[in-house]
Amino acid sequence: MELEKFSYDNEIVRKFALATTIWGLVGMLVGILIAVQLFAPAFNFDIPFLTFGRIRPLHTNAVIFAFVGNAIFMGVYYSLQRLCKARMFSDLLSNIHFWGWQLIIVSAAITLPLGITTSKEYAELEWPIDIAIALVWVAFGINMFATIIKRREKHMYVAIWFYIATWITVTVLHIVNSIEIPASFLKSYPIYAGVQDALVQWWYGHNAVAFFLTTPYLGLMYYYLPKAANRPVYSYKLSIVHFWTLVFIYIWAGPHHLLYSALPDWAQSLGTVFSIMLIAPSWGGMINGLLTLRGAWDRVRENPILKFMVVAVTAYGMSTLEGPMLSLKNVNAVAHFTDWIIAHVHVGALGWNGFLTFGILYWLIPILWNTKLHSKKLANFHFWIGFLGIVFYALSMWFSGVTQSLMWKQFTPLGVLQYPNFLETVLQIVPMYIIRMIGGSLYYIGALVMVYNLFKTVKQGSFVKEEQAEAPAIAKFKDPFRKGSYHRWLEGKPLTMLLAALVLILIGTFVEFVPTFLVKSNIPTISSVKPYSPLELEGRDIYIREACNSCHSQLVRPFRSETERYGEYSKAGEYVYDHPFLWGSKRTGPDLHRVGGKYPNLWHYLHMENPSSMSPGSLMPSYPWLLTNDLDVSSTEAKINVMRSIGVPYPDGFEKIANDELNKQAEQIALDLQNNGVAADPNKEIIALIAYLQRLGTDIKANSDISGKAGK
Amino acid sequence: MYKDILQSIEGVEFYAIAAMIIFILFFVGIIIWVVKVDKGYIKEMSELPLKDDHNESLNENVKLKNLTGGNNEV
Repeated sequence: MELEKFSYDNEIVRKFALATTIWGLVGMLVGILIAVQLFAPAFNFDIPFLTFGRIRPLHTNAVIFAFVGNAIFMGVYYSLQRLCKARMFSDLLSNIHFWGWQLIIVSAAITLPLGITTSKEYAELEWPIDIAIALVWVAFGINMFATIIKRREKHMYVAIWFYIATWITVTVLHIVNSIEIPASFLKSYPIYAGVQDALVQWWYGHNAVAFFLTTPYLGLMYYYLPKAANRPVYSYKLSIVHFWTLVFIYIWAGPHHLLYSALPDWAQSLGTVFSIMLIAPSWGGMINGLLTLRGAWDRVRENPILKFMVVAVTAYGMSTLEGPMLSLKNVNAVAHFTDWIIAHVHVGALGWNGFLTFGILYWLIPILWNTKLHSKKLANFHFWIGFLGIVFYALSMWFSGVTQSLMWKQFTPLGVLQYPNFLETVLQIVPMYIIRMIGGSLYYIGALVMVYNLFKTVKQGSFVKEEQAEAPAIAKFKDPFRKGSYHRWLEGKPLTMLLAALVLILIGTFVEFVPTFLVKSNIPTISSVKPYSPLELEGRDIYIREACNSCHSQLVRPFRSETERYGEYSKAGEYVYDHPFLWGSKRTGPDLHRVGGKYPNLWHYLHMENPSSMSPGSLMPSYPWLLTNDLDVSSTEAKINVMRSIGVPYPDGFEKIANDELNKQAEQIALDLQNNGVAADPNKEIIALIAYLQRLGTDIKANSDISGKAGK
Repeated sequence: MYKDILQSIEGVEFYAIAAMIIFILFFVGIIIWVVKVDKGYIKEMSELPLKDDHNESLNENVKLKNLTGGNNEV
C-alpha cells in the first residue's frame, strides 16, 4: 500500500495553547476582582470601567470564549489532524481563525468595560463584533470540514462528531440570538421583545453552555482521556448513544432558566422534563469516561494528568445531575436568583472545563516540545490546590444561596416577612463571599503554578513545528466492515452528519419557539402598558450600559414571599415593549420590576451617588458619574425609529419631537429634585435613569383593566 | 393565562406528544443500531485515537506501554 507523506501543523496548536493560558489567567483574575467587589464595594474604585456590572460580563466572556474557546481550538486542531491523518486544510484559514478570535476577545475586553453591551448574558457583544464572530467561526468551519473531507482515515472518530455538532449548533445559536437592529455603530436592539426575547436568550444561553462548554469538551474527553490513559474508551457503543441523545435532548432544556417567569407554563414544563431526561446521556458520558480507567486506577494515583481528568469528568457528572435537580420547579423556587446557581456553574467551569483544560495542557505541551513535564510535583500541587479551591468555592456558594433564599421566604408567625429589608439578607452571607474569594484565589494560585511549570517545560524542550507523518491515501483504503449500516454510512460523510445534527437541534428549537412566537398576536394585552417615553428609553439604555441587570432582576415571581416584598407578580403583557428584556438571572440586590413610584426621585438621586447614604451598609457600587455626565440625546431619533421598526407603536413623526418630549420630562424631574434641595441639572444622565426607574412596573397600577384573565 | 395563549394554537397538545414520539423512535433506533453493529468495527473505532503514537516516544505512557507489551486489556 502506497504511503503518503505529510506533516501535522503544530504551530497553530502552540498559538492556541498560549492564548488559552494567557486569557485563562486574565479571565480568572477579573473573576477574583469581582468576587472582592461583592463584599468590599470600595474595590469598584468609583471608576465606571471597573464597576461590577461592567466587568462581570468581562469575566464571563473571558472565561467562556477566551479561556475555554481557545482551549477548544487548541484541542481540536491537535486531535483533528491526527484523527483525520491529514494536515489542516489551510494554514491561512487556521491563522485567520486564530488572529480573528484574539481580535474579537480584545474588542470584547475594550467594549464591555466601556459599557457597550446588548445586556444579553454571554451574548453581550454589540453587532459589529457579532458579525466578526460569525466570519471567524465560518473560517474555522471551512477549515475543519475541508480537513475532514480530505482525511486519510476512512472513519470519523466520535470526537469529530462532537466537533461537528458543536460547530453547526453554535452557528445556529449565534445567528438567531444576534438578530438585532442597529441604532448606531455600537448600539442595537433585538427584534424580539419581553417574553420572546427571554425565551430566545435562554435557548441561546443554555445551549451555549451545552454546545460551547460541553459538547466540544466531550469531544476532547473522548480523544485526550484515552490518550492520557493509553487505552481505548470504555465503550464506544455508549459513546454513540451518548452523542446522539445528548445532541437531541440538550436543545430543549433552555426554558428551565425561566421557571415561574411570565413564560407560558407549557414551555416551562417542557424545559423541566427534558432537563431530567438529560441526566441519562450526561451520566452515560461520565461513566464512559471514568470506566475508561477501570483496572488502571493505580495510574491515577501516579499521574497528575489523569487526576485532573478524573476530577473533570466527575465534575461534569455532578453538575449535570445538579442542573436537572435545579430544573425541578420546587428546587428552582429556592435556588433561582441566588448564589446556588453561581456554585453550579463554577463546578462546571472550574471542575469540568478548567481541570480538563489543565489535564490536556500537561499532556500536550511536553509532546509539542518533545520533552517531559518539568515537574510532576508542581503539577500535583496544582491539582490539590485547585481542587481545594473548587471545594471552597462551591460549598460557600451553596451555603450562601440556600441561606439567603430561605431568609427571603421567611415569614413571622404573624404573617409578615421576617427580613423585609433585602440588605439584611445580603449582609448575612458576606462571610461566604469572602470564602468564595479565597477559593477562587487558591484556584488561581494553582493556575499560576501550572504556567510556571509549563514555561519551564517549554524551556527545556525544543518545539516540533512540523510533525512528519505518513498514511495511505483514503481512496486505496477499503472498509473491511462493508456490511450495510446506516450509521457507518453516516459517520463516513461529515456533511451528512452535520445535516443530521442540525435537524436534531432544529426539532427541539421548533417545538419550543413556535407556540411562544405565536404569542405575539395572542399575548394578553394590557391596555395601560404603553411604550417608554424618550427620556425613559434613554434611561433604560443607561441601565443597560451599567448592567444593572447583573445584580437586579425585573421579574417578580408568583410567590407570596415575593408579592409581599415587591408587589404584584410580573405579567407577560407588561414586557411587550422591552427590547431587550431585562429580567436578569441573579438577585445580588432586590428585584426592581415594581420599583417605580416606590421611592421619591430624591432617594434615587442620592442612592446612585452613594448607595450607603440611603441604605447604610449597602454593597452596591456608587455611580457618581451619572450625576455629572451629560445625557447623550444625539441618537434618540434613531432609537425611536428602530423601536418603531421592530413593533413599538410610536406615532409617525414622533421621532422628530422626541427630544422635546425628553426635555420636558427631564425638566419636571429636575424641578422636583430642586424643590427637595439638590441642585439637579435636567441634562444629566441621572435624570433619565430616574425617569426609567420610576416608570418600571407602574403601567398596570395606572389601570387595573387587564384583559385576558391574566391573573389565572 | 398560558391556556389562553395555547388554546389559540390549533392542536398544540400535539407538539408535546410529537416531541416524545420523535425522541423515543430516535432513541430506539440508535439502540438497535448499537446492538447490531459489528464488534470489529467498534473495536477499530475505539482504537483510532491510539493509532498515532509514533511521535510520542518520550511520553511516559508510551514507555509504559512498550514495557508492558501493549497494556490494552480490552
